[in-house]
Amino acid sequence: MAEKLIEIKNLKQYFNVGRPNLVKAVDGVTFDIYKGETLGLVGESGCGKSTTGRTIIRLYDATAGEVFFDGENVHGKKSAKELKKFNRKMQMIFQDPYASLNPRMTVADIIAEGIDIHGLAKTRKERMERVYELLETVGLNKEHANRYPHEFSGGQRQRIGIARALAVEPEFIIADEPISALDVSIQAQVVNLMKKLQREKGLTYLFIAHDLSMVKYISDRIGVMYYGKLVEIAPAEDLYKNPLHPYTKSLLSAIPIPDPESERTRKRITYNPSVHNYGDNEDVTMREISPGHFVLCSAKEFEQYKQQYR
Amino acid sequence: MEISKEKFQIVGTRSTEAEKISKPSLSFWKDVSIRFRKNKLAMFGVVLLILLIIMAIFGPYMTKFDYRTNNLVNTNKPPGSMHWFGTDDLGRDVFARTWQGARISLFIGIAAAAVDFFIGVFWGGLAGYKGGRIDEFMMRFADVLWGIPYLLLVILFMVVMGQSLGTMILAMTITGWINMARIVRGQVLSLKSQEYVLASKTLGAGLQRIMGKHLIPNTMGPILVTMTLTVPSAIFTEAFLSYLGLGLTPPLASWGTMASDGLPAIKYYPWRLFFPATFICLTIFAFNVIGDGLRDALDPRLRK
Repeated sequence: MAEKLIEIKNLKQYFNVGRPNLVKAVDGVTFDIYKGETLGLVGESGCGKSTTGRTIIRLYDATAGEVFFDGENVHGKKSAKELKKFNRKMQMIFQDPYASLNPRMTVADIIAEGIDIHGLAKTRKERMERVYELLETVGLNKEHANRYPHEFSGGQRQRIGIARALAVEPEFIIADEPISALDVSIQAQVVNLMKKLQREKGLTYLFIAHDLSMVKYISDRIGVMYYGKLVEIAPAEDLYKNPLHPYTKSLLSAIPIPDPESERTRKRITYNPSVHNYGDNEDVTMREISPGHFVLCSAKEFEQYKQQYR
Repeated sequence: MEISKEKFQIVGTRSTEAEKISKPSLSFWKDVSIRFRKNKLAMFGVVLLILLIIMAIFGPYMTKFDYRTNNLVNTNKPPGSMHWFGTDDLGRDVFARTWQGARISLFIGIAAAAVDFFIGVFWGGLAGYKGGRIDEFMMRFADVLWGIPYLLLVILFMVVMGQSLGTMILAMTITGWINMARIVRGQVLSLKSQEYVLASKTLGAGLQRIMGKHLIPNTMGPILVTMTLTVPSAIFTEAFLSYLGLGLTPPLASWGTMASDGLPAIKYYPWRLFFPATFICLTIFAFNVIGDGLRDALDPRLRK
């Protein structure tokens, strides 16, 4: 496969360390993201998907683990200059288009924030031209530059958020549930825009979502998270055809089918974590069942899954 | 009725048209000012305040009398064509003294609000943004200051540093900023986890930018309201302290010292108390209605 852009190694993010209400939001997650692909990250609410994304981009300081970008460790102590370089390579699109734009700033100032911070435009004119260009890229027009966020619809706001992220010409974008706050008719618009941008600019995405059908549509590979752990990661097609981890099976069984006949007979599988029944000295790690298809399992389960896999 | 196909014409759609916003663009502050101007009482407060400020600037020059010149022949004259507001026990013109006093009272009010603003926004903003142990330390320090009896502190300052305008403002602001700091801290605490602040962070923004461009502009509403309500309370405190004899030294006049001087003569020469007291009331009233109006205009939930 293509070269690795990002390697995440044993990433941990705990909150309230040293207090009784310790939360292990992300608990030892390891995966790679290849150049130019879209990796979907799914899981139920509160399973640590968003925290994983935010920790990768350093909004939180990781409790443990490493993140390599192009072979360079981007966590740990860094000088301000190195951090700025990193900020330009990795950007984020946020979930709530109503909260992610500062209500007191014009659209032009919002989009140009990255340009201003990194000094990417030498003159005012150059700055505005760049803003107009970005607005056009996301399907808005020049006249929108001097307006305020509250004048836009959710879909338009989300596109402004995308334009802001693109302003610093990143290679990698973390999309933190970018469509879950949008109308279904607008979701496709935003997802298609993201796909178009990926083709044109060779972007790499980490797409965090809980809408499984949308994730299947946009992703090349999909990772499934459960309680801060990555339980299965596989190419999208493979995961939908051959889900191995019981949690993945349960998750996939919850997708409604737009066909009344089969929908009536669709059986939902509930996941019970005690089915694993792991012993104390069993080594539960990610194991490769088939090329590119990893499952979190013990050695015993590994054999079972291999048999199951067709 | 049959409509034939030929009667239709394909116009097509233009995607740029679909995104067009026809509503005129309104910035946040324009919107606020429209709503503020609809509030009649608040507008009355603004007019009143402007009149008071104009009189404070030009009032002392409108009469030929000086606020500090004694005229022992003309003591305690009632208001008339010569002395419009009458004279006091040393024959000084009350009209001139009232507007001279207005300068000092308004100055004290505005200076106290300005000092509160700078210290309070800085302290509260930093505590709220940094959070954790720094926040804990900064706010506990403020709590300790808040716990010291206010009057005791003022008397202490007056005794140690002497009675002057500067001491008065210092004494008022030494604890006054805490209220502002608490309000700003609360706002910053809730705003700093907003996604637009996170977006700014991922773009590499530093503390200064996040504070100056994101957090403080979005806290400006509560800050403004607090400031407009600080002004009257400072004017009132000055009047109160002067009344206790802790205020300014003569011949300097403020509304508080004038009211204090006028009180013993209330039975025989009521105008000596009436004029300063009326203007204290009017000023406090004006600032209070402006503050209330601003709060209503800034509250997005009241947007119609």
